[in-house]
Amino acid sequence: MTTLMERICMRGNLPLRILVAILVVIAVLFICIPLVALLLRVPQTLLFASLQDPVVLDALFLSLVTASISMVIVIGFGTPIAYINARCQYPGKKIIDTITDLPVVLPPAVAGLALLMAFGRRGLVGQYLNLMGIDIAFTTIAVIIAQVFVASPFYIRQARTSFASINRVYEHAARTLGASPLTTFFSITVPLAINGILSGAVMTFARALGEFGATIMFAGNLQGKTQTMPLAIYGALQGDMDASLALAVILVFISFAVIIVIKILTEKEEAVP
Amino acid sequence: MTRSTTLISLAVGITILLLTAGCTSPGTAPAPEKNELTVFAAASLTGAMTDIAKAYEAAHPDTKIILNFDGSQALRTQIEQGAHADLFLSANTKHMTALQGEGLIVNDSVKTFTKNKLAVLIPKDNRANITGLSDLATPGIRLVMGTKEVPFGDYTRQALGKMANDTAYGPEFRNAVMKNVVSEDPAVTALVAHLRVGEADAGIAYASDVSEEDKALVIMLPIPDRYNVIAVYPLGIVQESKVKDQAAAFAQFITSTEGNAILIRYGFVPVDR
Repeated sequence: MTTLMERICMRGNLPLRILVAILVVIAVLFICIPLVALLLRVPQTLLFASLQDPVVLDALFLSLVTASISMVIVIGFGTPIAYINARCQYPGKKIIDTITDLPVVLPPAVAGLALLMAFGRRGLVGQYLNLMGIDIAFTTIAVIIAQVFVASPFYIRQARTSFASINRVYEHAARTLGASPLTTFFSITVPLAINGILSGAVMTFARALGEFGATIMFAGNLQGKTQTMPLAIYGALQGDMDASLALAVILVFISFAVIIVIKILTEKEEAVP
Repeated sequence: MTRSTTLISLAVGITILLLTAGCTSPGTAPAPEKNELTVFAAASLTGAMTDIAKAYEAAHPDTKIILNFDGSQALRTQIEQGAHADLFLSANTKHMTALQGEGLIVNDSVKTFTKNKLAVLIPKDNRANITGLSDLATPGIRLVMGTKEVPFGDYTRQALGKMANDTAYGPEFRNAVMKNVVSEDPAVTALVAHLRVGEADAGIAYASDVSEEDKALVIMLPIPDRYNVIAVYPLGIVQESKVKDQAAAFAQFITSTEGNAILIRYGFVPVDR
């Protein structure tokens, strides 16, 4: 008995291999061609000039910092939900599971308006924060909140699936040998689920980096404070298209670099046994 | 004769019968064909032109007006690329002049049909207590305006420039106003949303940008003409049009008292004649 994977990766069966190769090439080209077109369209001099433009540097810095913070927050608050929903049965579990998915369905601009109605100075919660002198809308914190709201489902979903797929025998063994539940979680569960956790975190980071609609509504658009890369790109698009495309290329390259670094760092975990 | 040829000749016979019947059947003569007039109009005219077209169709049941709304730049490109249009309504002279230069517009049909002025928009409850232009410089006021790339944001900066050059306000006034900007919105819709939820204290946009429903929620503070940047809207008949007479008649209607009244209702400023 051979698995499908073995047939494709190791053995002969030429027609099947050719078919798979064609499908793979089409899929990769489909993603690469628009990116290459973008790259060819942008004059390289403009690319380097953009990298010295303070507007671009501000936006790039702000994007990387906010997306990283958002990712850390999502991991912190999302991991317990993902774990509980993967392991425990409790009333209303399906509802909680669905609620955590909802931000994906909501159009981002509507999500931004909803955040304003919740945390704006006249908002459901915001009006009380306002009385305490806390103002969130139009600040960098609002940028992070918008990103966390929109990007959290990507992590929670992925982490939940990984936790659910772990063989619990290992956890039981650790517990029998006297490890505390927390030690078991961090030294057994997390390492076993690390691939899913990391890929979920990367997706969340990428989604946060690309966030536009919720940010523009809830955080506004101000250079150095709330103007992230997507906002700068959209702004430039209405004036100078080449400048805007240069920014987009920079964003694509930075995202690519960040994601590939994470992939390389976790490569050994991914090796097929 | 074989069976299949019999079937084929039968099918052909039935088809011919049906076709001739369709051609000669009495009593179902098609309704008199309506004259179709295709109008390309700047997006800011959406509300006003929809109403004007309805009023015109009511008075001329034989005419059907097809409206295509988009940014003036996009409409210009479409006309240049050979899209079919009879009448072009632009939000600025730049694009009309360009099309005239390319010989795509009937020169003596071009005329200004309306104007648009910037105004300060304030949420109805006016918690920041803004009563005049000078209040925009009060520290702590939350002001929203367009990005410098979009026309309404560009014109806002031009208007502030005129005020900075006037001894009544001066450059410090402009600096103080710009300091109060919490967001540079890339679209009027985002700006109006920020005002509607009360998150911003004031915004600067075109008077016609406030929709009929939003008028009840917003106070409009006029900006005097000497500081204002008045947008001029020209119309012109497209050279390629095959119904130039009808296009001229509709253009006439737009500038009539009835057409003007609708434009004024939507916040546009009539042209002095």
